[in-house]
Amino acid sequence: MAKSALLKSSIGKKYWMALTGLFLCVFLVGHLAGNLQLIFGTDLQFNQYAYFMTSNPAVKILSYLTYFSILFHAVDGIMLTIQNKKARPIGYVKNNAASNSTWQSRNMAVLGTLLLVFIATHMTNFWAKMHFSDMPLQQQTVSQAVPMTDQKIDLIVYNTTTGSFIAQQQVESGEFEIRNNKEFYIKGTDVKFAEGYKDLYKITIEFFKDPTYGLLFTIFYVFSMVVLAFHLMHGFASAFQSLGANNPKYNGLINGLGKLFAIIIPLLFAIIPIYIHFIK
Amino acid sequence: MNLTLKIWRQKNAKDKGQMVDYKIGGIEPDMSFLEMLDVLNNELVEKGDDPVAFDHDCREGICGMCSLFINGEAHGPDRGVTTCQLHMRKFKDGDTIYIEPFRAKAFPVIKDLVVDRGSFDRIQHAGGFVSVNTSGNTQDANALPIRKDNADKAFDAATCIGCGACVATCKNSSAMLFVSAKVSQFALLPQGRVEATERVLNMVEAMDNEGFGNCTNTGACEVECPKGISLENIARMNREYLSASIK
Amino acid sequence: MALDNKIPQGSISSKWTDYKDHIKLVNPANKRNIDVIIVGTGLAGGSAAATLAELGYSVKAFCYQDSPRRAHSIAAQGGINAAKNYAGDGDSVYRLFYDTVKGGDYRAREANVHRLAEVSVNIIDQCVAQGVPLAREYGGLLDNRSFGGTQVSRTFYAKGQTGQQLLLGAYSAMNRQIGRGKIKMYNRHEMLDLVIVDGKARGIIARNLVTGEIERHSAHAVVIATGGYGNVFFLSTNAMGSNVTAAWKAHKRGAYFANPCYTQIHPTCIPVTGDHQSKLTLMSESLRNDGRIWVPKKLEDAQAIREGKKKPTDLAEEDRDYYLERRYPSFGNLVPRDVASRAAKERCDAGFGVNATGEAVYLDFAAAIDRYGKEQARIHHLDENDAKLVYDLGQKVVENKYGNLFQMYYKIVDENPYKTPMMIYPAVHYTMGGVWVDYDLMTTVEGCYCIGEANFSDHGANRLGASALMQGLADGYFVLPYTIGNYLADDIRTGTISTDLPEFVEAENNVRSMIDHFMNNKGQHSVDYFHKKLGKIMWNKVGMARNEKGLNEAMEEIAALREDFYKNVKVSGTAESFNQELEKALRVADFLELGELFAKDALHREESCGGHFREEHQSAEGEAERDDENFSYVAAWEYKGNPREAVLHKEPLVYENIKMVTRSYK
Repeated sequence: MAKSALLKSSIGKKYWMALTGLFLCVFLVGHLAGNLQLIFGTDLQFNQYAYFMTSNPAVKILSYLTYFSILFHAVDGIMLTIQNKKARPIGYVKNNAASNSTWQSRNMAVLGTLLLVFIATHMTNFWAKMHFSDMPLQQQTVSQAVPMTDQKIDLIVYNTTTGSFIAQQQVESGEFEIRNNKEFYIKGTDVKFAEGYKDLYKITIEFFKDPTYGLLFTIFYVFSMVVLAFHLMHGFASAFQSLGANNPKYNGLINGLGKLFAIIIPLLFAIIPIYIHFIK
Repeated sequence: MNLTLKIWRQKNAKDKGQMVDYKIGGIEPDMSFLEMLDVLNNELVEKGDDPVAFDHDCREGICGMCSLFINGEAHGPDRGVTTCQLHMRKFKDGDTIYIEPFRAKAFPVIKDLVVDRGSFDRIQHAGGFVSVNTSGNTQDANALPIRKDNADKAFDAATCIGCGACVATCKNSSAMLFVSAKVSQFALLPQGRVEATERVLNMVEAMDNEGFGNCTNTGACEVECPKGISLENIARMNREYLSASIK
Repeated sequence: MALDNKIPQGSISSKWTDYKDHIKLVNPANKRNIDVIIVGTGLAGGSAAATLAELGYSVKAFCYQDSPRRAHSIAAQGGINAAKNYAGDGDSVYRLFYDTVKGGDYRAREANVHRLAEVSVNIIDQCVAQGVPLAREYGGLLDNRSFGGTQVSRTFYAKGQTGQQLLLGAYSAMNRQIGRGKIKMYNRHEMLDLVIVDGKARGIIARNLVTGEIERHSAHAVVIATGGYGNVFFLSTNAMGSNVTAAWKAHKRGAYFANPCYTQIHPTCIPVTGDHQSKLTLMSESLRNDGRIWVPKKLEDAQAIREGKKKPTDLAEEDRDYYLERRYPSFGNLVPRDVASRAAKERCDAGFGVNATGEAVYLDFAAAIDRYGKEQARIHHLDENDAKLVYDLGQKVVENKYGNLFQMYYKIVDENPYKTPMMIYPAVHYTMGGVWVDYDLMTTVEGCYCIGEANFSDHGANRLGASALMQGLADGYFVLPYTIGNYLADDIRTGTISTDLPEFVEAENNVRSMIDHFMNNKGQHSVDYFHKKLGKIMWNKVGMARNEKGLNEAMEEIAALREDFYKNVKVSGTAESFNQELEKALRVADFLELGELFAKDALHREESCGGHFREEHQSAEGEAERDDENFSYVAAWEYKGNPREAVLHKEPLVYENIKMVTRSYK
């Protein structure tokens, strides 16, 4: 009884919605902290962050948890929505729902679907590229003093995860070769010398500054963040209610926190593409 | 007042049903909404037409028999009242009023505006009681002191009249407010705690089997509930269910 | 047939115990082979159904509503009496017994009332065990209040919704048995005839209100628990569907109908506003604990108020007539219901009524708000001369005590009762009369029982506040289960009663021909048209004050109206479907017969007692004059085909434990 109650019952499904939803809220905070480096950090810092996110084993576990949460949240939501639609086969001719509930609370499924579309697009644009495609590696221009002269020359180098540099020349000259899109090997050997950072920073900036589609992408991202805001506006506090946390003493706090969260997080997310597109 | 009424007419459970327009005049602001329908029905009967069927009984807001989805809201535009307590002064001369039955798969229409809320009874059969015999030979009523705030909260939950406005209002036709009110009443009292685990599991299972939807926490039920049953009860049931599930 | 009330021998306080010790019992294996039909699922029927099922009988319960939870017991507000003496103020079983008999103006049967007082204590234990959330004090123990002018605090309550909570308790006990399959519940079914086989009640004919099917149901005993017949007045505080049909059908099949004229008119109801009115709303009597009742002293002020030229708040203190305080200085506004109601009618008849219809008096909380406000100001060391502060503080106290009632008043009348006095007027509320039953609660039809408000019961000529709930639950939980067992013990070998017996066929045909008549009638008026007319006759001539001339006229008019009804009523729709007009027609047909018997009973009772006031029998000051010498009996009427030909049987009332005195509240 108890086992199936947690999975199959209407209330059980809501627990999972709430738990995955709240976990995704935590994820949003982490994700935002990283993304903000597009504004406040250097390209290297951002790429280092991106590297960390894809390589750290603990983060890996978290990321799988995130994929799972997104999928579960979506599938569970779809199942609930189907059940809910079935519960009222004939609708009302006139329904003044605005008088008793907020718009977002009644449209979580629509908002969720839009977010799913956004997540799919977003992952194709960045996550998939990061994981599966050829991407330029992080480079830096350094000035090097030419020995025995006062002159300095600019040298383009690859940053590596160990903190050392590999000059572009060294790759061009065949001293090193890049395998798996990011690893530097001593040519002709299986000796891995170092690992570079994929330049997600560059990809991101180019994406939003794209002369043809940049504005469109920016609008799409900002719009999606508005959708997210509405989704969170109801979802955050609602998750607490689903988990049974409702106490008149603290309800004000939870609701206030929820509203704050729903406004600040998506707003900060939305500022990034705007900043890149218009200011950077 | 002169009014245009758009009323759902449906001969029986199998009929398809449709909205039908009626014009009605001579309505006083002091009339209750159901008295306005009485006037209409009297006219229909004297013309030889079938009067509009609607449920009602006590007409003082306590039996829970009356229903009606009026202008898009369960029990109409006023707050904290049932349809029988809604007065025509809430409407203006010349208004068009939509009158529909409570809609839910678990509340099939019997005729016109009359629906079958037997699903509520069946949920109660599953656990809406304390298993004590009725011999009267229980312990003295004052043997167990009960914290006043718990007793008061139990009472507040117990004031549910089982009208079904929560289901009718909920976009998902969820019965969570109704079920949680009963679960809460007993969960808050020592007499009910003994069976709390089985009760919440059985009642929620019965609720799910009746085909009600899920709770999306829109809070619409609480707003439209004529007795102001609080969402706290739903949260309490969520807690009760969680602890019962993992036991 | 001589009436045998079957009161056991012995002293009053040991009768019930001795009775229980000596009744026949049915063993559990046999109980499940015995069927009991219970019609009505209010406090009495619901609690009886649950208990009989618990004991092991196979119960079939019927109600006309869509769920047993909606029975009109749910609307009782004030509370339930029990001789618990938790307050330690000197209450006892004897005192409750004494108060009930006295309050009933010495027209109730001693033995029954004593039993009621005895089991009252079990009711509270039972209800608390069932999870009924009765009001509690901060110490966690049950709270009591004084109610309806009694000198002790014995009333248990759940805010203003005591009836609701108790009914839901009984409903939950029923649900448990329905879930176990011990009660078969027939919602939306209405009993339309009683079936008698070999002199014993063996079943009913019921109409399925959803499909229109006529169904036969058999059982070894039938219990009628269908409440009172106040709706004979059309306007009452009863539910719209409350009716006399089940009780009346039993009457027509041989059950005597007792004291139909004893009607309780409740003083604190919201006044009628116009002809469209379908129902009256009661506000708890507890309001009289703090409200002061008055009308203008001068006729011209009353006139001005009726015309809307003056407001009640415009009248100075000396221009107000607090007539209850004036007439009954010791009880003041807390006089019993019948006294308060008649006093209001007296003032309004004299032209002092205060709403457009001239039928309303004021219930004023200004003094209470001021008193409480000053008290609060003193408690909190604030300035008690600051009028606004005092008003605000006082209003808060009043709101805490009566907030829900004030809110209800505001919703109905659209006036703020904190600012302007409430308007109230008496309305029909409860009927003390009903089917005659013996000590076993059995009617004069063997095997047909009647419990709760439907029987003539324990309240005599007037019921005290908070006693109706007590009686309903006492009958259902604790009395009927014993007495019916005593009867059913002889039925263990009977086996299932066949519904193919000719008696069932006859009864069904009887019902069908009645329905056919209505469906085929080519009339032009709706059922309500006749019901309203009946109500007007009843209210004007058989209402709060009655006289010989009016009662004779009423009997004539009702008989004529009944004839007109059968000729000219129009019922649309079909019989084989959900048809609320047909339901009403069948109910009103019975009211039209009852109304005439009602008037006949009132006419024959040449005295004023309790809820029955004959203008011929009053003192010079207008107080009721009871005639114990000639009318100290229960009037049980036997049906003879026409209400006016009903035959009177008298059950003498013997008071061995209480001395009869004149009720005085001066």
